[in-house]
Amino acid sequence: MSILLFLVPVALSLGLVGLAAFLWALKSGQFDDLDGAAWRILDDEDIGEPSELPRPRGDERRSA
Amino acid sequence: MNERTDPGVVFDEASHDWVAYTVAAEDGARRIELAVEGITCAACMTDIERGLKRVPGIVRARVNLTSRRTSVIFRPEQLSPDDVLRRMAAIGYPSHPFDPALARDSRSAAASELLRAMGVAAFGVMNVMLMSIAVWSGNVTDITPETRDFFHWMSALVALPCVAYAGRPFFRSAIGALRRGSVNMDVPISLGILLAMGLSLANTMTHQLEAYFDSALMLLFFLLLGRYLDENMRRRTAVEAETLATLRADSAIRRQPDGSLARVPVSRIAPGDTVLIHPGERVPVDGRVLSGRSELDMSMVTGETLPVSVSEGDRVHAGTLNGGGLLTVQVTAAAEGTLMAEIERLIEEAQSAKAGTLRLADRAARMYAPVVHGSALLTLIGWMLAGAGWHVSLINAIAVLIITCPCALALAVPAVQVVAAGRLFRNGLLINAGDAIERLAAIDTVVFDKTGTLTLPEPVLRNAADIDADLAALAGRLALSSGHPLAEALAIATTARQPIEGASETPGQGVAATLDGRALRLGSLEFCGFAPAAAAAARALHPTASLIAFRADDGRAAVFSFGQRLRGDAVDTVRRLMAAGLKVIILSGDRPAAVAEVAAALGVDDWTGNADPAAKIARLDALKAAGARVLMVGDGINDAPSLAAAHVSLSPVSAAHVSQAASDAVFLGALLRPVVIAYEVSRRAYRLMMENLALAVVYNLIAVPIAVAGYVTPLIAALAMSGSSMLVTANALRLRRVAEPAARAAAVAPLQPSLPNEAMP
Repeated sequence: MSILLFLVPVALSLGLVGLAAFLWALKSGQFDDLDGAAWRILDDEDIGEPSELPRPRGDERRSA
Repeated sequence: MNERTDPGVVFDEASHDWVAYTVAAEDGARRIELAVEGITCAACMTDIERGLKRVPGIVRARVNLTSRRTSVIFRPEQLSPDDVLRRMAAIGYPSHPFDPALARDSRSAAASELLRAMGVAAFGVMNVMLMSIAVWSGNVTDITPETRDFFHWMSALVALPCVAYAGRPFFRSAIGALRRGSVNMDVPISLGILLAMGLSLANTMTHQLEAYFDSALMLLFFLLLGRYLDENMRRRTAVEAETLATLRADSAIRRQPDGSLARVPVSRIAPGDTVLIHPGERVPVDGRVLSGRSELDMSMVTGETLPVSVSEGDRVHAGTLNGGGLLTVQVTAAAEGTLMAEIERLIEEAQSAKAGTLRLADRAARMYAPVVHGSALLTLIGWMLAGAGWHVSLINAIAVLIITCPCALALAVPAVQVVAAGRLFRNGLLINAGDAIERLAAIDTVVFDKTGTLTLPEPVLRNAADIDADLAALAGRLALSSGHPLAEALAIATTARQPIEGASETPGQGVAATLDGRALRLGSLEFCGFAPAAAAAARALHPTASLIAFRADDGRAAVFSFGQRLRGDAVDTVRRLMAAGLKVIILSGDRPAAVAEVAAALGVDDWTGNADPAAKIARLDALKAAGARVLMVGDGINDAPSLAAAHVSLSPVSAAHVSQAASDAVFLGALLRPVVIAYEVSRRAYRLMMENLALAVVYNLIAVPIAVAGYVTPLIAALAMSGSSMLVTANALRLRRVAEPAARAAAVAPLQPSLPNEAMP
C-alpha cells in the first residue's frame, strides 16, 4: 500500500488547488454580484460594431 | 418625480460638491459609487453600462444587479462627477453618489470572512471524510495499523490548520463571552471542537482505531454555513437600506466663505455655517432664520399637520418641510439641536430599558451549557466509579461533549431567522435587529402614529368635486410654477402639464401670472384678495385642512382644501390586525379633531391626540405595566423615542432617519400591508423556532445516553450530527410557504385615496 504515500498527497494538493481557486474568486469579487453575471453573458457589446464611433459626451439623449 | 420648472423664480444653481464623493482608483482615475433609481432588470444594467461606456473619459462602468449600485471609474481631467450624473439622468436613470465618508460595508467584510472560513472548512471536511471512510471500512475488514496511522496523521495534518482557520469566528466570540463572564452558544461549540481535536490527536499518537477529525470539521462547516446565510441576509438588508438612504440625498446648500453656493452632504455642515433652504425642501439642520419668510410643515417633528409660519429670528428644526419661501438659516447645531438632543436622550433611556430582554438562542445556550457539561462530568465520574480506567472514562466523557455539540441547537434559531428575514425582505420589509422576529411574534397590542404612518406623507386635494374643472385646471397650471408642497399636490391632483409662462412667486405668499390678459393669483387666502371675514369663513368650513386659494381677475375664485390621505390599505390592515386578536391604538401629536377623523374611518376607539414624545412614552409605559407587548409603528422624529421604547417597532421608508434607526424594521412602499405580513411571518417563524429547539432536545435525549454508555463511534457521531442539522434546516425551510409575496406587485401599484371625502363638510 505504499502507493498511498504518493496518492494521498496528490489528492490533497488537488483539493488545495480547488481551495485556492475559490479563495481567489472570492477575493477578485466574483461573488459580489450573483444576479448580474447570468445576464452579462447574453450581452454582445464586446463583439463591437465597427460603425459605432464614440460620440461626444452629453449631446445624446436616450431618455428611457 | 415631477420635473420642476421654475420659470418665474430663479435661484442660483448651487454647484454640487461631488468631487468629495469620489475616491482614487488606479492610474490617477477616480471612482464614484452611485445609488441608482429604477434598476429593475438585466436590460437596465445593459442600458446603463453601454450608455456610460460611450462617454469618453469613462474608464469602466459596472452595475451590480444584486445591490443595484453602479461603480463608475472616470478620468478626472476629461470628466467631472457632474458629467457622470448628468449622463445617468440623460439615459433615464437618475442617481445619487454614495458618501464615502460614511462608514459602510463592514458587513461585507464579515460575510467574506465567513465565506473564506467556509471554503477552508469545506476543503478540510471533504478530504478528511475521504480518509475517514477508508479507515471506517478498513476497521471492519483488513486495514493494517500502519495504513490507519498514516490516514490519521494525514487527517490531522489537514484538520489542524483548517480548524485553526475556520474556527476563528467561534473562538473569538467564545473568548469574548467568557471575558465578560457570560456564556453564549459559541462556548460549548468551541469547547466541543477543541476537545474533539485534542482527543483525535491523542488517539492518533497512541495508534487507536478511531479519530474524530471529520466530525469536528463537519460541525464547523454546518455552523459556518448557517452563520454565513444569516450574515448575508443582514448584509442585503443593510445594503438596501443604505441605497434608500442615499437616494433620499441628505444634503444641504451651504454658502461658502467666498459667497458662492455649494451642495454638500449634511455630515459636512458645522454649527455657524449658513445654509439655504429652497421651497419644498426638507430642513437639513437645526438653526435660526437669518432672512426669508415661509411656512414650515412640522408634521415629521410634532405630528401636527397645520403649517407654522416662520420669519427672521425664528428657530427651525431638522426634519421639517419648507413651504413656499426661500430661507437662509444659520446652523445652530448640525445634529444635536435642543430638540434632537432631547429626543436622543429619550431614545437612549428607552433602549437601555429594553436591553434586559434576552434572545431566544442565548436563553437556550444558558440552559444548555450547564446540562451538557454536567452530564459529561457525571459520565466521567460514573465510569471511574464503575472501575473503567482514566483513559476510557475520559474518552466517554469527551464523546458526550462531541455528540451533544450543539449543531442542531445552534442552527435551530438562526436557520429560521434567515428564512424569515428572506421572506420579509421579499415582502418589502428590512429587518434591523436579528431578534426582531421573535419579539414580533409576542405582541398583543399595535400602536400606530397617525401622520405619515396611517396617512401618506404627501397632502392630497380633498374638495376637487366642489370646484369648476376649468378653474381647477388653470390653477393647476399656475401651481406648476411653485415649489410649495400644497401647490405640488394641486398640480398632481389636476394633472397639469403646461406651466404658465412668466409666473412670479412671492415667497411665503403665492404665485401670480398673466395669461391672455387675465391676472391669476394662487396662494394664501390673503394673497388672493380674500377679505378677512371671507377667509375666516373658509377656514371654519375646513377646520382640519390646509387651504390655498386661486383667483382670476374676472372675479372667479376657488379655495382648495388639502388634507391627509390614508394609506391605500390602512382600513384593511387595521381590520386584519384586529381580526388577529390584536388591540389597535392611535397615538398622535396632531390635533384631536384630525386624529378623531382618522380613528373613525379606521374603526379604532382608543386614540389620543396632542401627544408629545414624553406623553407617547408614558402611554407605552402604562401599557407595558399592564402587561401588554406593544408593536409601535411610527415615522416622525417625535415617534423615535417611543419606537425605541416599544417591545418591537416598525417604520415606513419615508420615516425620519432617527426613527428608522430606532426601529427594528423598515417597510417599503406606500401600503401598510407589511405590518400584517410581519406579524404573520413572525408568528409562524417563532413556532418553527420552538419546534426546532424541541427537535434538538429530542436528538440530545436519544444521543446522550448512547454516548454516556460509551457506544459512540466517529461514524455515529458524523451521521447524528449531519442528520440533526439537516432536520432542523429542512424544518426551517417550511416557512418558505408562508407569505409568498403577492404583496410585492401590490406595493408598487398606484393607490386610490380611501379617506372618505364625505366625512368632510
